[in-house]
Amino acid sequence: MSVAIDTGLGLTVRGLTALFNTPRGMALAVADVDLDVAPGEMVGLVGESGSGKSVTLRSIMGLIQTPGHVTGKVEWGGRDLVAMPAEELRRIRGSEIAMIFQEPMTALNPVLPVGLQLEENLVAHTRLNARERRARALQLMNTVGIPAAERRLNEYPHQFSGGMRQRAMIAIALACSPKLLLADEPTTALDVTIQDQILKLLLDLRDRLAMSVVLVTHDLGVIAGTCDRMAVMYAGRIVEMGTVIDVFRQPRHPYTRGLLGSVPRAGAVRTMLSSIEGTPPSLTDLPAGCAFHPRCSFATDICRQERPPLLSLGNDRKAACFHHDRVAAAEAIL
Amino acid sequence: MNAVPIISVDGVSKQFGASYSLMRRLAGEPPLAVHALNNVSFEVHRGETLGIVGESGCGKSTLARCLVRLLDPDGGAIRFEGRDISTLRSAERRAFNKRVQMIFQDPYGSLNPRMTVSQVLNEALSVHRMRPKGDIPARITELLDLVRLPHDAASRYPHEFSGGQRQRIGIARALAVEPDVIVADELVSALDVSVQAQVINLLLRLQEELHLTLIFVAHDLRLVRHISHRVAVMYLGQIMEIGPSESLFASPRHPYSKALLDAAPELDPTQRSRVVAARGELPSPLDVPPGCPFASRCSHVFDRCRVERPALTKRASEHSAACHLVDFGAMPSALADAV
Repeated sequence: MSVAIDTGLGLTVRGLTALFNTPRGMALAVADVDLDVAPGEMVGLVGESGSGKSVTLRSIMGLIQTPGHVTGKVEWGGRDLVAMPAEELRRIRGSEIAMIFQEPMTALNPVLPVGLQLEENLVAHTRLNARERRARALQLMNTVGIPAAERRLNEYPHQFSGGMRQRAMIAIALACSPKLLLADEPTTALDVTIQDQILKLLLDLRDRLAMSVVLVTHDLGVIAGTCDRMAVMYAGRIVEMGTVIDVFRQPRHPYTRGLLGSVPRAGAVRTMLSSIEGTPPSLTDLPAGCAFHPRCSFATDICRQERPPLLSLGNDRKAACFHHDRVAAAEAIL
Repeated sequence: MNAVPIISVDGVSKQFGASYSLMRRLAGEPPLAVHALNNVSFEVHRGETLGIVGESGCGKSTLARCLVRLLDPDGGAIRFEGRDISTLRSAERRAFNKRVQMIFQDPYGSLNPRMTVSQVLNEALSVHRMRPKGDIPARITELLDLVRLPHDAASRYPHEFSGGQRQRIGIARALAVEPDVIVADELVSALDVSVQAQVINLLLRLQEELHLTLIFVAHDLRLVRHISHRVAVMYLGQIMEIGPSESLFASPRHPYSKALLDAAPELDPTQRSRVVAARGELPSPLDVPPGCPFASRCSHVFDRCRVERPALTKRASEHSAACHLVDFGAMPSALADAV
C-alpha cells in the first residue's frame, strides 16, 4: 500500500451478522463477516444485489433498525461500535466515521441549503463559531471541487447536478476530517465521465487526508480502478478476499471467476460471455451447503452438504470454496 | 454486408418544448426547448448490430423511440427499406410495427402485471395474425424455448419472475411477430452483471439464428463494444463519432469518444490512472452552446470549436467523426501538432 501507516485508527470487524425478521421468515442478510481495514487503505466490497454489501456497511455504522438485528463486533479505536450506547455512537458517526450514499438526492435534505447541511455537521461535532464554520464550509467545497462555492453554499440540492450533489455529500462527510469513509455505491447513479471524476476525487482525498475507505459497489471495474484490497460477497457472506491485483489475476472462488467473466472486455468483440447460470438465492431460503452450489460448475457432493469455511490461503488471501485449487487452476478467463 | 441499408436516418431532429414562462414572454424571448436530437444521420445495414452509446441526456432513447415511431421527428426522415416511415398509414404502419420491434429497459413497467406470459405472447401473435388460432400454444412453447424459459412459465405472471427472466419475456414478445429489426433500449441496465451476461449471450445467439438486425442502445460502453459491429457515440443530441466497433475503440477519432473510453472502468487493476478523463459536466440541454457541444469539457478545445459546430465528416471508410481536429486519434505525432 502506497499510503504511510500512521498510528491512527483501523477498523476490525468480527462475526458481523445482520438478521431481518420478514413476513417470509428470517432473512440472513449478512452472515459472519470478518473484515479488516488498515489506516489509509481502500477496501472494496463487491457483489450483486442482495449480497449483503450495503447492509454490512450500514451495520458497521449502526444504521440497522428493527426489524433488523445486528450481532458481532465492530472494533474502532479499541471500542466496539455494536455494543456502544447510541449516544456515544452518535459522537463517532459523522466525525470519526462518515458515510456517503448512492442517491444524493434522497440523502440530502431538499428544503435546506447545502451550506446549512454542511454546517449542521460542524455544529454537532466541533466548537467552531459561525464565521469559522462558514470558512470551513467554503474550504470543504473547494476541496471536493465545487466551483463558485460562495454562491453554491446558499443553493438547494435540486439546483445541483447529480455529480455536484455527490460532491456536496462528500463535502458534508469530510466536514470533521473522518478517519474512515464508508461509501455505499457512490457513483452508481452517475454517468461514466462523472463517475470517473468522483472516484478520482475519492482517491485524492484518501491520500491527502490519510483516511481509510470502504467502497461498496457492484462494478468490478470500479474496484479494479481504485481499491487496494477487495472482498467479494454472495448471499450475505464473504466468499473471497485478497488484494485487488491477486483476485483479478487468479480468482479462487467460482463466483468471483463468474463475475469477472460476465463483464465484457476489450478485444473480445461478439464472443459469448462466460455468464453464471441461474439467479442469486432468496435470503430467506438459502440452499443447504454452499449457497452458490446451484449455480456453480465446480460443485460436487460436499458442496451440497457442507458450507465451505472462509479459509486463509496465505498472502492475505481467503476463499470459501472446497475446490479453490481447481478454480485457480482452471483455464484463465482473461 | 448488404449495400442497401435497411434503415436510413436522414437529418433527424426532435425538440421537446419546455413551458413558456411569463418572464420569457415579457422579455420577448423564444420558448425554451430541449433539442433532444440535432440533425442525426446514419444508416443501419441488414444483419448488423449498431450500438448507440452515450451518457444520460444525449438523446439515445429519443432516437430509439423515433426509430420505432413511438415519437415523430420534427425534422428529417427515417426510412425503412427506402420508405419514409412517417408516411405509412394503417395497414402499412402495422406491417412496419411488426417488422421493427422494440424491447424496453424496465421489465417491470413494460409487461402488464395482470397478464400471464402466455396471454402476453398470445396477444402479440393474434394482433398481428402470425399464426392460426390452433397453432398459437405450440408457437408459445417454441418462443419460450427460444429465450430459454421453462415451459411452465406460460401460466405464470410477470411478478413471479426475476429481472433477467422478465427481460427474456420481453424478448420473446418482440420475437413473437418475427421482426427484421429489434431496437433494444438499455435492455440489460437494470440487471445484475451475471444476469446481464446471460441476456447478452441470448441476444448474440438469437441474432445468429434469426438473422436479426439489432440496434442496441446503452450507456455502458463495455456492453456496446462487446455486442456491436458498428457503434455511434452520441452527445447532446448529436452523433460525435460513428464507425466499426473495433477501430472506434482501438483509436477513437473524437475527443469525447476517447474520454468516454478512458472513463469506463476496465477490469485491469494494473492499468490505473489518476487523470480525470473529462472535466466539467454536461451543459444544460436547454442551452446548448453554439459551437461543438463538447467544447466546454474538451481538453483539445481551440477557438473555432466555440463558434462553429463541426460536421460529421469521413475519417476512414465507414468511420466518421464530428471534430475540427481531423487528425485527432489518427497518429500520435499528428495529434501532438494539432494541440
